Amino acid sequence: MRLISARLSAKRRSPLAGLVVLLLGLLLTGGAYAVLAPANAQTDPADQSTIAKGRSLFLVGCASCHGANGEGIVTKNGTQYGPPLAGVGAAAVDFQVGTGRMPMARPGVQAARKKVVYTPDEIEALAAYVASLGPGPAIPERDAYDPSTIPEDERNEAIVRGGQFFETNCTACHNFAASGGALPGGKFAPSLRGVSNRHIYEAMLTGPQQMPVFSDGVLKSSEKRDIIAYLNSIEEAPNYGGATLGSLGPVSEGLFAWIVGIGACVGFAIWIASSSVRSKKGIKA
Amino acid sequence: MSTATTNGKTAARTARRNPIAGILTWADDRTGLATASKKQIRKVFPDHWSFMLGEIALWSFVVLLLTGTFLTLWFKPSMGEVVYNGSYDQLRGVSMSEAYASTLHISFDVRGGLLMRQMHHWAAMLFVGAMFVHMMRVFMTGAFRKPRELNWIIGGLLLQLGILEGFAGYSLPDDLLSGTGLRIAQGLMQAVPVVGTYVSFFVFDGEFPGDAIIPRLYTVHVLLIPGILLALIGAHMLLLVYQKHTQWPGPGRTNENVVGYPMLPVYAAKAGGFFFIVFGVTALMGGLMSLNPVWRFGPYNPSQVTAGSQPDWYMGVAEGLLRIFPGWETHIFGFTISWNILIPGVVLPGVIFTVFFAYPFLEAWITGDKREHHLLQRPRNAPTRTAFLVGMMTLYGLLWAAGGNDILAVTFHLNLNYITYFMRVAVFVGPVIAFLITRRWCISLQRADRDRLLHGFESGIIMRSPEGAYAEKHLPISVDEAYTLTARDRDELVQAPTPADENGVANRKVRMMRLRARLSQYWYGTAIQKPTAQELEEAQHHAEHELEVHEDGHQHLESGDYSGEYEFDGHAADGHQFDGRHAIEGEELRKH
Amino acid sequence: MTEHDNPTGTTPQPRGGHGTDVATVEPAGDPIADPGMHPHEPRPTDVDEKAARRAERQVATLFGLSSLFAILCVVSYFAFPIGDDPAIILGFGASNVALGLCLGLALLCIGIGAIQWARKLMSDVEIVEARHPVASSEKDREEAVVALNQGISDSGIARRPLIRNSLIGALAALGLPAIVFLRDLGPLPGGDLSSTVWKKGMRVVNDVAGTPIRPEEVEIGQLINAEPGVFFEENAEGEPKFEGTHLNQAKGKAAVILVRMKPSDITPAKGRENWGVDGILCYSKICTHVGCPISLWEQQTHHLLCPCHQSTFDLADNGKVIFGPAARALPQLPIMVDGEGYLVAQSDFHEPVGPSYWERGER
Repeated sequence: MRLISARLSAKRRSPLAGLVVLLLGLLLTGGAYAVLAPANAQTDPADQSTIAKGRSLFLVGCASCHGANGEGIVTKNGTQYGPPLAGVGAAAVDFQVGTGRMPMARPGVQAARKKVVYTPDEIEALAAYVASLGPGPAIPERDAYDPSTIPEDERNEAIVRGGQFFETNCTACHNFAASGGALPGGKFAPSLRGVSNRHIYEAMLTGPQQMPVFSDGVLKSSEKRDIIAYLNSIEEAPNYGGATLGSLGPVSEGLFAWIVGIGACVGFAIWIASSSVRSKKGIKA
Repeated sequence: MSTATTNGKTAARTARRNPIAGILTWADDRTGLATASKKQIRKVFPDHWSFMLGEIALWSFVVLLLTGTFLTLWFKPSMGEVVYNGSYDQLRGVSMSEAYASTLHISFDVRGGLLMRQMHHWAAMLFVGAMFVHMMRVFMTGAFRKPRELNWIIGGLLLQLGILEGFAGYSLPDDLLSGTGLRIAQGLMQAVPVVGTYVSFFVFDGEFPGDAIIPRLYTVHVLLIPGILLALIGAHMLLLVYQKHTQWPGPGRTNENVVGYPMLPVYAAKAGGFFFIVFGVTALMGGLMSLNPVWRFGPYNPSQVTAGSQPDWYMGVAEGLLRIFPGWETHIFGFTISWNILIPGVVLPGVIFTVFFAYPFLEAWITGDKREHHLLQRPRNAPTRTAFLVGMMTLYGLLWAAGGNDILAVTFHLNLNYITYFMRVAVFVGPVIAFLITRRWCISLQRADRDRLLHGFESGIIMRSPEGAYAEKHLPISVDEAYTLTARDRDELVQAPTPADENGVANRKVRMMRLRARLSQYWYGTAIQKPTAQELEEAQHHAEHELEVHEDGHQHLESGDYSGEYEFDGHAADGHQFDGRHAIEGEELRKH
Repeated sequence: MTEHDNPTGTTPQPRGGHGTDVATVEPAGDPIADPGMHPHEPRPTDVDEKAARRAERQVATLFGLSSLFAILCVVSYFAFPIGDDPAIILGFGASNVALGLCLGLALLCIGIGAIQWARKLMSDVEIVEARHPVASSEKDREEAVVALNQGISDSGIARRPLIRNSLIGALAALGLPAIVFLRDLGPLPGGDLSSTVWKKGMRVVNDVAGTPIRPEEVEIGQLINAEPGVFFEENAEGEPKFEGTHLNQAKGKAAVILVRMKPSDITPAKGRENWGVDGILCYSKICTHVGCPISLWEQQTHHLLCPCHQSTFDLADNGKVIFGPAARALPQLPIMVDGEGYLVAQSDFHEPVGPSYWERGER
């Protein structure tokens, strides 16, 4: 609680302090106390200048969809144009902006990973500002997501455990080799290859876009770290059997069987049955 | 060997000089094989690349037997639970079935084991793929016609069994993917009306997954189906040898003979060499291209699933049917009929295979053709049949794509639902469009052949008449080509019965005869026939007429006639003497 | 048509002296006579000893290379370790790639060599073999029929229908044991498919970890792949109550997912108003189409997608099918909170879970 009161005192000086206090109070009394637990992990209380910097960045880059105060915009048809951001937490901002998903180039069913627009400092400022709108999961500590913090002798056990959690909770959407899969209506679960450990952790924590939330209450922080350890281990593992053909399962394998296998064999058959060069010299006497 | 009639000394010397002859004599004394094999040793096989497609299937089957035997040395077909303690770190300590653990053992702790596993799997995909390609070749060229209908049926059985065998093999490792496949198969069984649950409980020895399915499938996979496959392959080959291979028409190649290379040595070398090539291609694929990485899927667990859960490609059609079928279910008198599973999973495959097996007889009935055929048809010369095949291929391709709709969606950023909606319509419309286009296309090609016969080929030589008109000179095609183009049967329509014939014939029979005449009409309707001798002659006269040299020593273009048949007149431009069409001895560039 | 008088005519001319008079050919027959086979054209290797020797060297080199690759294959077998510390080349398992490459090339060299041998050096004179009618001669057929009839009449099977019919009966009766012997392939279904291990008060626990779940730990938008708590319990002897096949069979029906939505988004059917806890709902994880486990949940649309055949269920609307081949809504498990504050089942499912079957009834 010490950290929270520190944050509150910091925010009280901001122009939005009143609103924030009100929101926070409502949410606290609303029984959302448990959700606050990850917020405790937030180390440095965002100071006013960072939040102010974040707010100015927000007004330029985000407000057109999420509203000037992050309250969200509802279209005439009643659908969400940009969702409200109070309570999504710094972790959500760090994930969405840090993987380039936000700001979106144009509204669509799904924001895809792309080139990151903001610098790490700017992302931090944005995160601080959005965090100031309402309590939500904070950016996790390195200890929480970095598998290298697992002691050497326990690491393999952690990887195996992570594999079990991965198979149960993740493969249905992200595929057995974490290469992604399709969702209804043009949406998709992205590939997890090349995604930083922190972002994977934040995704599980915050449930970005259509992805469900895997809160710390149910999928423990250490269990998330085990999943990340597993993902790292399969990314590091050699391709034992040769080229992976996209790791998409039997569809791409079938395609290669036809193109490479049947293709090569038929090519050889054509060569075998082709007539060879004829001599114009005539048969020797 | 003539050892019996010579004195002992000579015989001994002969035997010493030629030990093979000695062995052959020994064998023939006991089996009498010489009589049977004297003709077979130099048996003639025609040479064409498309005749080797079946061989790909045959040789991949041999590769399957070899690699499969290797795998049985370590594979344990048991669903007993063990804790994995092998070399693959990510699964160490996990409970799994012995089948899955031994698959991991083969992959990670047996040198060459992973290679053999992958070769076995690639060869299986090639086996079924090659059977498909071979079947399409046989279909498209009319090689299934009398007297080869039986071999068509045996081939169809081989294809069906090959697919079943593949599915059994796919299910054996007991990884997440194979278990998901079995789960779907169990769902299909369970949906069968009345007996569904009983069938499922008998097959799985109780509730899914049970502990019996893998040992049972193993017996099916390594003993039952391979045994039947071997027997059927034997019958397929024996019939082939007895009936002799079909051949393409050509100079000297008729319905009464077979022209090609002898079994020994040429065909033996080519076929034997091709075995090594297929084996080699499989080995390269197994070494360089990973497939079915079972360690990534993890052991089967009925509460887990992975995105991209698909069967191997040859089951893709069934998968596509299941995916695009609407969710229809009927409840009647307290019973449930699952049309959404029954129709795509049981009824439609049954219909497809029935049409498949009945096809040679259907076509023979429609065309009324009861003759023996040993000469192949070019696909264009059977436009309706070729179009039917292309329609079926289109259907197959669409359903196959529908079976991978999630992969298509994620790879090409498409909307999964739209793909399904599209396919629901396309499977009806696509084959019809493909059929119509192919039929027209074939007929156009036939027309081009006819033009070539009647008017010759475009020589590329542009002639200019004194009036200044340009026309391209057509030259006659070679007699070989002309013979090859005309070496086909004239299509004969089945006549509808006349009222006189109908007297005294049952009504039903008359209706069938009429239907048959109408089908025959549609079948051959617009196909182009080869020209008759008379037509050829007329075309030639026409050409002669046009080529008449006028009194002034030049040809004149008849007004409005640009048909382009002109006598070569004057000189070609310098350099054309080296156009590759003539002997160049004595030719040189003109001196200027 | 006269022959050879017009070499520029468009009608192809029969070759050589055996041209038949085409005009006499019936319209149905071939308008062009068979020109006959070409004389054999020699290959360079047939006429040029040098070329032949070159081809010979080529083939021998290929066979030689094959031996080399075979030896390399054996070397790779011993050189590249596998197991938990495998040798790696370019990110690939070295053993597999090297073995496959060497074996493949060794085989290909033999194959290509043999074919090159056949193409370049073996006689390529085409041989003609006459076809004989596939059918036997009329005489043979008649003899076969006579023999068959003789055999049948000698057996007297036609004259003694009693023997014939009783034999047919005996053979048919033998089919009975053949079928009955398969009876023990498996138990009869009974009511096994209509119930699961869920019962009143059984905890809903997180899969893999087995931890019980408090509603306040579940956030809006959360998905939990869950199992009945009994799968993680031990009996008096300290052994798991469910393991191996038994566990898998029970899991195949009892696996569930827990999701939490805004209560305002949920439109419970009549009688299901109290089946959830503060927007937390529990559904069967087994697809009603053909039984794949489903857990592709979109937290914003509340849609659940099956990865096998893309049936889509709306979990905010009682698991109704909104897309795909499934015909029935996903069965919902009524849940509540027990005395210790954990989520538990109110009862078993009210209908059979998983794929449809004939006798499942209209529930």
